[in-house]
Amino acid sequence: MGDGPPSLWEWFGRNWDTGRADSIRNLLTDHITMSVVPIVLALVVALPLGLACARWRWLYQPTSGLMNVVYALPSLPVFMLMISVTGLSQTTVIVPLAFYGAAVLIPAVVDGLDAVPDHVRQSAVAMGFTPLRRLLAVELPLAAPVVLAGLRVVAVSSISLVSVGALIGQGGLGGLFTRAYQNPFMPPVIVGIALIIALALIADALLVLAQRLLTPWVRARKGTS
Amino acid sequence: MDDLSFEAPTGEITVLVGPSGCGKTTSLRMINRMIDASEGRILLDGVPVQGIDPPTLRRGIGYVIQQAGLFPHRKIVDNVATVPYLLGWDRKKARTRAMELLERVGLDPALAGRYPFQLSGGQQQRVGVARALAADPPVLLMDEPFSAVDPIVRTSLQDELLRLQSELNKTIVFVTHDIDEAIKLGDRVAVLRVGGRLAQLAEPKTLLAEPADDFVREFLGHDRGIRRLQFVSTAGLRLRTDLTAPEGFSGDSPEPWLLVVDGEGRPVGWRSAARPGELEPYGTFVPGRDSMRAALDAALLSPSGCSVAVDEQGRVVGVATRNALDLALAEAADG
Repeated sequence: MGDGPPSLWEWFGRNWDTGRADSIRNLLTDHITMSVVPIVLALVVALPLGLACARWRWLYQPTSGLMNVVYALPSLPVFMLMISVTGLSQTTVIVPLAFYGAAVLIPAVVDGLDAVPDHVRQSAVAMGFTPLRRLLAVELPLAAPVVLAGLRVVAVSSISLVSVGALIGQGGLGGLFTRAYQNPFMPPVIVGIALIIALALIADALLVLAQRLLTPWVRARKGTS
Repeated sequence: MDDLSFEAPTGEITVLVGPSGCGKTTSLRMINRMIDASEGRILLDGVPVQGIDPPTLRRGIGYVIQQAGLFPHRKIVDNVATVPYLLGWDRKKARTRAMELLERVGLDPALAGRYPFQLSGGQQQRVGVARALAADPPVLLMDEPFSAVDPIVRTSLQDELLRLQSELNKTIVFVTHDIDEAIKLGDRVAVLRVGGRLAQLAEPKTLLAEPADDFVREFLGHDRGIRRLQFVSTAGLRLRTDLTAPEGFSGDSPEPWLLVVDGEGRPVGWRSAARPGELEPYGTFVPGRDSMRAALDAALLSPSGCSVAVDEQGRVVGVATRNALDLALAEAADG
């Protein structure tokens, strides 16, 4: 132990794995859970809704209107409202974030399906695809680039938004920021920001990788035109 | 569509041609039930298509459309193997079949691993044809397949289709708005007028010789007489064999024109009695293979007014003089 306040690294090392719920390691795990689960949920909700909107066009206007309203709601009061339903649990953060994600992804699914050229769809019909198989083997793969682009936005914004949950005691790494209120001590804030940025970059990189693996033809197209 | 009735004979190319709005694409799509007819019947080998489940029906009918409609996310080989995959063929077998077809339509097998965007329009259209043929369907529907490519590529695709058809003998229904394409490709041509009424269904030469009415006559356009000659054979053309001379010939001749021929019997040029020192250009045709149109064209290319008949190897077999051509043209005009 030195005399003055600990350095950044010292503080990090001492708090990484204290065995307590608020060790950096536990906060990081919580943060990952509370951001990855809503991303997956958002996709699970947005795919069928987006498909429905693309299929029954009259659904799209009201759905996207509603989703825009959801997206406009500030996160903190929504978290607070959720407490009355789900208590002070991770679910309180996860559910609203899933809705925010869906609000971004539904239009992405619809736009992605709209981008499937009509002659490609027609020729799939003419080749003898059943409607379900056409959706799975032709339309969804062709919509994938637009959906994945939306997913990148959702991933980064979810990872960053989780920290707001710290104000209701469920914010993952956001917990490191609230401490700075009580005690103007910088290392937790810097560690929190750095880890959140690192998480966002890793998530984005993984999605870019997924894009390359799932949609190799997109690069082929860019290569020639 | 109004009261349209026609038969597409097995193993022949039936072309539906007409102005836009005549329902030719609609007719085509009724055959594979992409559009269901509100009335009437469509029989495939005597079986009404309305009784067949659409996906099953369509897997048994090849379909080629204007922009090829290839799947951008699938490699060329997998695009071609689409219907075999749908039919549940083993993956390896489907791909082997696809590679065979790529070769068959004149594509480099090296393209198999590319994506459609990496191919030219003409190449994509060939892939479209290969894909339609993949499961060896007896019937092929083609909806303006060559209209989005430039004229040179279009001509080569048309020639390729005729070559393929001579090997495969598919029953083809081909839709186009281009009457020249219809006449070139069709064994029989159905001219449709707006509203889906059949104006005339006939072999191309009959269509050109005896248009049923003013609509068909107008649709056929200019040069109907000249274009008719492409269906008149040159097999019976009277040829003269006494109009040739070896290279270096310098004697006199009663004929105003002599065809100078090299040691292997190939034409070199026309020698005019007026200017024996110079050789004039010539045009050739292959009797029996080429049409009267080609023979006449060959005559018009030369100041001699005669066309040179050659065999497949390009050796002179005789000369069709203006008299001979006149006679043949008069016979053709008689019908």
